[in-house]
Amino acid sequence: MLETPPLMLPEFSVLQARLALCSREEAEAALARPQRTLSDLAALLSPAADHLLGEMAAASARITRQRFGRVIQLYAPLYLSSYCSNRCLYCGFSADNEIPRRALSLAEAEAEAAILEQRGFAHLLLVSGEAPAKMDVDFLAALAARLRGRFASVSIEVQPLATAEYARLFAAGITGVAVYQETYDREIYATLHPAGLKRDFARRLDTPARAATAGMREVGIGALLGLSDWRAEGLALGLHLAWLRKNFWRTGLTVSFPRLRPAPGQFKPLQPVGEAELSRLLFALRLFDPDVGLVLSTREEERYRNGMVGLGPTRYSAGSCTVPGGYGGYDEAGGAAGEQFAVGDLRSLDEVAAMIRQRGFDPVRKDWDPVFQEIATTDKELKEDFAHG
Amino acid sequence: MLTIAGRSFRSRLFTGTGKFASAQVMRTALEASGSEMVTVALRRVDLHDPGDDIMRLLDRERFFFLPNTSGARDAAEAIRLAHLARAAGGTNWLKLEVTPDPRTLLPDPVETLKATEELVREGFVVLPYINADPILALRLQDVGAAAVMPLGSPIGTNLGLQTRLLVAIIIEQARVPVVVDAGLGAPSHVAEAMEMGADAVLVNTAIAVAGEPVKMAEAFARAVEAGRMAFEAGLGAQRAGAEASSPLAGLDFLRPEPSPEPSIDA
Repeated sequence: MLETPPLMLPEFSVLQARLALCSREEAEAALARPQRTLSDLAALLSPAADHLLGEMAAASARITRQRFGRVIQLYAPLYLSSYCSNRCLYCGFSADNEIPRRALSLAEAEAEAAILEQRGFAHLLLVSGEAPAKMDVDFLAALAARLRGRFASVSIEVQPLATAEYARLFAAGITGVAVYQETYDREIYATLHPAGLKRDFARRLDTPARAATAGMREVGIGALLGLSDWRAEGLALGLHLAWLRKNFWRTGLTVSFPRLRPAPGQFKPLQPVGEAELSRLLFALRLFDPDVGLVLSTREEERYRNGMVGLGPTRYSAGSCTVPGGYGGYDEAGGAAGEQFAVGDLRSLDEVAAMIRQRGFDPVRKDWDPVFQEIATTDKELKEDFAHG
Repeated sequence: MLTIAGRSFRSRLFTGTGKFASAQVMRTALEASGSEMVTVALRRVDLHDPGDDIMRLLDRERFFFLPNTSGARDAAEAIRLAHLARAAGGTNWLKLEVTPDPRTLLPDPVETLKATEELVREGFVVLPYINADPILALRLQDVGAAAVMPLGSPIGTNLGLQTRLLVAIIIEQARVPVVVDAGLGAPSHVAEAMEMGADAVLVNTAIAVAGEPVKMAEAFARAVEAGRMAFEAGLGAQRAGAEASSPLAGLDFLRPEPSPEPSIDA
């Protein structure tokens, strides 16, 4: 068997130096090419391509339409727990923040899911802070077992897990894993993650590969925009994406572009990223990888999400609430208390779907089916399977 | 420099020993080609006989012999031939050819995958000859193929890179060297494959049956080098059409500057 070669991620300063070398000629040539290399991606992200935003948008729109059609997939996050042992300085769930915390029980999580199901969602993303004592693999597997018949797909965005844990969750009906590096800038990463399991940059970087190894159908990566130089983050995302493509050819890949939103803890973006920069990053990655799914969440405002329909993103969240239990009205009196971040687009699924339709695209609610996967009948059975290797 | 399974080759032109008018012409032509990897049909040579024309005439210092299983119709036959080659004190390298249809000599994907899996397990360095099927190429890499050898067009047709689109996908996805094999009938065909980023090409018929095989061998050698150089230099883009004429058409919804973050208390 072929060994998977390790991901060689250069130091952030090396990526920045590479970007600084790009010329206008290289940027224009990169735009004109039918397929693009990492050098082309660097050129398209570099200051030398700043004048090409409109042309990149048009190219991104054309490639996206050709590859995905006039279609946008819709999903909702379901927050399970706001307990977290990490101290990520930018995050509302940081252990240092004094917020009301909550971890849903299985029954509560199922009730939240039932509300989303009733609102018309078929794709669910389970989200949790990193506190294994409050939200562990047993819980996720049990929840997946309860949800899998009712949703087209259930994915997770939780703490990094081991390959065997991902394999167990896959067998339980979880088909996708999202795990964002937050920043590919090792120095900034170290200062922003002073404590907790998340301190380990390399372990986090290796997480998408573990999820893919375990058989997950889809793996999502991303960088939290506002922490470091967005251009170099984009190049690092391209490197990570290309490496995953090369080594895990059976795995579908997506990239998310979470931009820092106001959050408890009053963290101010270190290097604010504007909408033009966010768009540029998204267009460049689309031009680099025509097949990658691109996710635009409700972190962004209504106006921006409306404008971006058709230009590159393939997936939108809608009607999101970032407090555990928030869909059922828990904490209604408390307002924004306990949120991970404030959402920028407050519209419901139906409203977002109507907007997408009005712009000539099809808002797709169901784009998968649990029947693809043979499922073990009980999680107990799964555990026994694992015990027996 | 091209490296396959830890062995390096200066020349990216692989050649074969079949179809030449005489063993002497074969030798002169292969020497003129600069090739360092020559494939030999196991059914054609007598590995035990030092007097065998091919074995005798070709300098083993200069040419690395890559035995092939030409003639095998299924995995079992190919595996038997491989065992024979190894037992004869030859090599554990193998160009795996499984061609059940004697007319087209197109490779059988199912038997090729089966044989590769087994031979890799037995310690062979396997270079499978395949149709230009990207998924098959990936599956073969997953089971440990040392290189993949997709065809440009059916063997002996000299039709060139008819499988261009699929070979391009194989190259893009490859984790091992890609050697375009079969159907390359002219130096321009191999230049095209090398420009696309193929790691090497294998040419036999087009050299062997040329009016002047020695001259043709040199022409192929130069085309391989030219194509490789062009790939390394980076080809200019072929521009199909212009994108949006107005630079910011359709982006008027953007906030012009980095958006001011509203305070959480607001």
